Amino acid sequence: MKLIKFLGLGIIFGIILTKSEVVSWFRIYEMFQFQSFHMYGIIGSAVVLGAIGVYIMKRKNIKTYYKEALEIKDKEMQVARYLIGGSLFGLGWGLTGACPGPLFALLGYGYFPILIVIVGAVVGTFLYGVLRKYLPH
Amino acid sequence: MDILYTPWPWYVSGPLISIIMLLLLYFGKSFGISENLRTICSIAGGKRFTDYFKVDIKSRIWNLVFLVGTIIGGFITSRYLTTSTEVDLNPKTVNQLKELGFQNPGAEFLPPELFSSSEIMSVKGILILLVGGLLVGFGTRYAGGCTSGHAISGLSNLQVPSLIAVIGFFIGGLTMVHFIFPLLF
Repeated sequence: MKLIKFLGLGIIFGIILTKSEVVSWFRIYEMFQFQSFHMYGIIGSAVVLGAIGVYIMKRKNIKTYYKEALEIKDKEMQVARYLIGGSLFGLGWGLTGACPGPLFALLGYGYFPILIVIVGAVVGTFLYGVLRKYLPH
Repeated sequence: MDILYTPWPWYVSGPLISIIMLLLLYFGKSFGISENLRTICSIAGGKRFTDYFKVDIKSRIWNLVFLVGTIIGGFITSRYLTTSTEVDLNPKTVNQLKELGFQNPGAEFLPPELFSSSEIMSVKGILILLVGGLLVGFGTRYAGGCTSGHAISGLSNLQVPSLIAVIGFFIGGLTMVHFIFPLLF
């Protein structure tokens, strides 16, 4: 039953994404037009509070629930993969109005055409797996 | 109890998302939705093609369970916590979208021009959704994370690579909305 808490957190996450309209294609368009503070407020406040939380957890050397060290890894310093990969994802985010979390929250909400985007995302992941040895990282 | 039925403002949702991220850390996990795309490919047999999909699925089940929860959460909102799917957009945004040919911007979460089943039957509609999905999958895995892994988790841990990725997200998004949309719609 270790997994039940992750189900619970996922359910809350799905409710947050839908209740705050993060899943809305229109909200993403509005964000990229800089015509609303809504999305910036959500991501910004999540990052500021998240940073304070992470700082405190590291500083106080807080152990996980299972008494292990925290899983806070530094990301490897590269530029090409983050800039190119990030830009490709950004193109998809702007076009479909959905990043991976909202894709699945929308499926649950009952917008079934989103399945086409999900299939595309899985195929895209597969293509990356196959092509990654040829790509700059 | 109105707050349950009306859309949540940013200062409710943003802090709640940071709590989810911190609780996952406390449970020894790291918040990142797009990792699931890799797991799904691995389960679907991707490991026969490349080592990238040779992952320890058992150690990733928690994230798939979280993803199933996200689907259920969306269902719960639609079933029990919504009175209207109208999105209160900036009037400027509404006008711009009307000029692009969208009929009722903000009347629903998603524009029927792209996501209704009749539009799906059109070749252009299918292509837009499919190519968009390809970019989301390819791009997030290339960048090693999406909005949750880089923008929320990575920036909270003051990671420069995540900042570069988020700058990339905006280069792509701004290019799409400002330069490619006028060609598409």
